[in-house]
Amino acid sequence: MITVFYLGLCACCFLCLYRIARGPSAPDRTVAIDILGIVVVCFCALLGLETGKDFYLNVALAWALLSFIGTIALAKFLEGRSFDE
Amino acid sequence: MSDTIGYILIAIGVLFNIFGCIGLVRFPDVYNRLQASTKCVTLGTIMVLVGAAVAAGWGAMAAKAIICAVFIVITSPTAAHAIAKGAYAAGVELWEHSVVDKYAEEVARKKE
Repeated sequence: MITVFYLGLCACCFLCLYRIARGPSAPDRTVAIDILGIVVVCFCALLGLETGKDFYLNVALAWALLSFIGTIALAKFLEGRSFDE
Repeated sequence: MSDTIGYILIAIGVLFNIFGCIGLVRFPDVYNRLQASTKCVTLGTIMVLVGAAVAAGWGAMAAKAIICAVFIVITSPTAAHAIAKGAYAAGVELWEHSVVDKYAEEVARKKE
Protein backbone atom coordinates (compact mmCIF):
# COMPACT_ATOMS: atom_id res chain seq x y z
CA MET A 1 0.00 0.00 0.00
CA ILE A 2 2.67 2.49 1.03
CA THR A 3 4.70 1.59 -2.08
CA VAL A 4 1.90 3.03 -4.24
CA PHE A 5 2.17 6.30 -2.30
CA TYR A 6 5.92 6.36 -2.87
CA LEU A 7 5.40 5.83 -6.60
CA GLY A 8 2.84 8.64 -6.76
CA LEU A 9 5.20 11.04 -5.03
CA CYS A 10 8.01 9.92 -7.37
CA ALA A 11 5.76 10.87 -10.29
CA CYS A 12 5.29 14.31 -8.67
CA CYS A 13 9.05 14.72 -8.32
CA PHE A 14 9.68 13.85 -11.95
CA LEU A 15 6.99 16.29 -13.14
CA CYS A 16 8.66 19.01 -11.05
CA LEU A 17 12.08 18.09 -12.46
CA TYR A 18 10.66 18.30 -15.99
CA ARG A 19 9.44 21.83 -15.26
CA ILE A 20 12.83 22.75 -13.73
CA ALA A 21 14.61 21.50 -16.85
CA ARG A 22 12.20 22.96 -19.42
CA GLY A 23 10.88 26.07 -17.67
CA PRO A 24 11.23 29.00 -20.06
CA SER A 25 11.86 31.62 -17.36
CA ALA A 26 13.47 31.80 -13.95
CA PRO A 27 10.17 32.17 -11.99
CA ASP A 28 8.95 28.88 -13.50
CA ARG A 29 11.97 27.13 -12.09
CA THR A 30 11.53 28.84 -8.72
CA VAL A 31 7.92 27.62 -8.50
CA ALA A 32 9.00 24.09 -9.38
CA ILE A 33 11.78 24.11 -6.76
CA ASP A 34 9.27 25.29 -4.13
CA ILE A 35 6.85 22.48 -5.03
CA LEU A 36 9.67 19.92 -5.03
CA GLY A 37 10.58 20.96 -1.47
CA ILE A 38 7.01 20.45 -0.30
CA VAL A 39 6.82 17.03 -1.96
CA VAL A 40 10.01 16.00 -0.13
CA VAL A 41 8.24 16.88 3.15
CA CYS A 42 5.55 14.35 2.12
CA PHE A 43 8.27 11.76 1.51
CA CYS A 44 9.67 12.32 4.99
CA ALA A 45 6.24 11.88 6.58
CA LEU A 46 5.70 8.59 4.73
CA LEU A 47 9.18 7.35 5.68
CA GLY A 48 8.46 8.15 9.31
CA LEU A 49 5.15 6.31 9.13
CA GLU A 50 6.69 3.25 7.48
CA THR A 51 9.68 2.88 9.79
CA GLY A 52 7.93 4.10 12.95
CA LYS A 53 10.80 6.45 13.77
CA ASP A 54 9.78 10.02 14.52
CA PHE A 55 13.05 11.78 13.69
CA TYR A 56 12.06 11.79 10.02
CA LEU A 57 9.50 14.43 10.97
CA ASN A 58 12.35 16.58 12.31
CA VAL A 59 13.97 16.27 8.88
CA ALA A 60 10.65 17.28 7.29
CA LEU A 61 10.35 20.37 9.49
CA ALA A 62 13.92 21.48 8.77
CA TRP A 63 13.44 20.83 5.06
CA ALA A 64 10.24 22.89 4.96
CA LEU A 65 12.01 25.76 6.75
CA LEU A 66 15.02 25.72 4.40
CA SER A 67 12.80 25.43 1.32
CA PHE A 68 10.75 28.43 2.47
CA ILE A 69 13.84 30.56 3.13
CA GLY A 70 15.36 29.60 -0.24
CA THR A 71 12.16 30.43 -2.09
CA ILE A 72 11.87 33.83 -0.39
CA ALA A 73 15.50 34.60 -1.22
CA LEU A 74 14.99 33.64 -4.87
CA ALA A 75 11.82 35.74 -5.04
CA LYS A 76 13.64 38.80 -3.69
CA PHE A 77 16.42 38.18 -6.18
CA LEU A 78 13.86 38.03 -9.01
CA GLU A 79 12.36 41.29 -7.82
CA GLY A 80 15.75 42.92 -8.25
CA ARG A 81 16.37 43.76 -4.61
CA SER A 82 19.29 42.81 -2.41
CA PHE A 83 18.87 40.35 0.45
CA ASP A 84 19.20 42.77 3.38
CA GLU A 85 16.53 45.23 2.24
CA MET B 1 -9.73 1.67 12.26
CA SER B 2 -7.51 4.73 12.65
CA ASP B 3 -5.03 3.02 10.30
CA THR B 4 -7.68 2.88 7.59
CA ILE B 5 -8.70 6.52 8.05
CA GLY B 6 -5.05 7.59 7.98
CA TYR B 7 -4.29 5.67 4.80
CA ILE B 8 -7.40 7.05 3.07
CA LEU B 9 -6.28 10.60 3.99
CA ILE B 10 -2.76 9.87 2.68
CA ALA B 11 -4.17 8.46 -0.57
CA ILE B 12 -6.31 11.57 -1.17
CA GLY B 13 -3.33 13.78 -0.36
CA VAL B 14 -1.03 11.98 -2.80
CA LEU B 15 -3.73 12.29 -5.48
CA PHE B 16 -3.92 16.05 -4.86
CA ASN B 17 -0.12 16.25 -5.10
CA ILE B 18 -0.17 14.48 -8.47
CA PHE B 19 -2.93 16.78 -9.78
CA GLY B 20 -0.97 19.83 -8.67
CA CYS B 21 2.19 18.65 -10.39
CA ILE B 22 0.27 17.87 -13.58
CA GLY B 23 -1.00 21.46 -13.41
CA LEU B 24 2.60 22.61 -12.96
CA VAL B 25 3.53 20.92 -16.23
CA ARG B 26 0.42 21.58 -18.31
CA PHE B 27 -0.58 25.18 -17.61
CA PRO B 28 0.53 27.95 -19.95
CA ASP B 29 2.26 30.66 -17.88
CA VAL B 30 3.92 31.29 -14.52
CA TYR B 31 0.85 32.69 -12.75
CA ASN B 32 -1.43 29.82 -13.80
CA ARG B 33 1.20 27.30 -12.76
CA LEU B 34 1.59 29.01 -9.41
CA GLN B 35 -2.17 28.98 -8.91
CA ALA B 36 -2.56 25.29 -9.73
CA SER B 37 0.48 23.83 -8.08
CA THR B 38 0.65 25.81 -4.84
CA LYS B 39 -2.95 25.26 -3.80
CA CYS B 40 -3.16 21.60 -4.72
CA VAL B 41 0.23 20.64 -3.29
CA THR B 42 -0.39 22.54 -0.05
CA LEU B 43 -3.69 20.76 0.52
CA GLY B 44 -2.21 17.40 -0.48
CA THR B 45 0.77 17.75 1.83
CA ILE B 46 -1.44 18.75 4.75
CA MET B 47 -3.62 15.70 4.15
CA VAL B 48 -0.56 13.42 3.99
CA LEU B 49 0.79 14.84 7.25
CA VAL B 50 -2.56 14.62 9.03
CA GLY B 51 -3.03 11.10 7.68
CA ALA B 52 0.40 10.11 9.00
CA ALA B 53 -0.52 11.60 12.38
CA VAL B 54 -3.82 9.69 12.47
CA ALA B 55 -2.24 6.41 11.36
CA ALA B 56 0.65 6.67 13.83
CA GLY B 57 -1.63 7.28 16.79
CA TRP B 58 -1.14 9.77 19.58
CA GLY B 59 2.54 10.39 20.34
CA ALA B 60 5.64 12.32 19.37
CA MET B 61 5.21 11.57 15.68
CA ALA B 62 1.63 12.87 15.54
CA ALA B 63 2.63 16.06 17.36
CA LYS B 64 5.54 16.69 14.99
CA ALA B 65 3.35 15.99 11.95
CA ILE B 66 0.75 18.50 13.15
CA ILE B 67 3.45 21.14 13.79
CA CYS B 68 4.83 20.51 10.31
CA ALA B 69 1.33 20.84 8.78
CA VAL B 70 0.73 24.19 10.52
CA PHE B 71 4.13 25.40 9.32
CA ILE B 72 3.32 24.42 5.73
CA VAL B 73 -0.05 26.20 5.96
CA ILE B 74 1.67 29.41 7.01
CA THR B 75 4.70 29.39 4.71
CA SER B 76 3.47 27.96 1.42
CA PRO B 77 1.02 30.78 0.48
CA THR B 78 3.60 33.35 1.63
CA ALA B 79 6.21 31.89 -0.69
CA ALA B 80 3.69 31.78 -3.54
CA HIS B 81 2.84 35.47 -3.10
CA ALA B 82 6.54 36.36 -3.02
CA ILE B 83 7.21 34.41 -6.21
CA ALA B 84 4.23 36.00 -7.99
CA LYS B 85 5.37 39.51 -7.07
CA GLY B 86 8.95 38.69 -8.04
CA ALA B 87 7.86 37.24 -11.38
CA TYR B 88 5.78 40.34 -12.12
CA ALA B 89 8.68 42.62 -11.18
CA ALA B 90 11.02 40.53 -13.34
CA GLY B 91 8.77 41.31 -16.31
CA VAL B 92 7.30 37.90 -17.08
CA GLU B 93 4.39 38.37 -19.48
CA LEU B 94 0.87 37.15 -18.75
CA TRP B 95 -0.62 34.46 -20.98
CA GLU B 96 -2.03 35.92 -24.20
CA HIS B 97 -5.60 34.88 -23.31
CA SER B 98 -5.53 36.34 -19.78
CA VAL B 99 -8.35 38.85 -19.42
CA VAL B 100 -7.66 40.89 -16.28
CA ASP B 101 -4.55 42.36 -14.65
CA LYS B 102 -5.51 44.07 -11.40
CA TYR B 103 -1.92 44.47 -10.25
CA ALA B 104 -1.03 46.68 -13.23
CA GLU B 105 -4.04 48.92 -12.44
CA GLU B 106 -2.88 49.11 -8.82
CA VAL B 107 0.66 50.06 -9.84
CA ALA B 108 -0.67 52.72 -12.23
CA ARG B 109 -2.96 54.11 -9.52
CA LYS B 110 -0.07 54.35 -7.06
CA LYS B 111 2.06 56.24 -9.58
CA GLU B 112 -0.50 59.05 -9.97
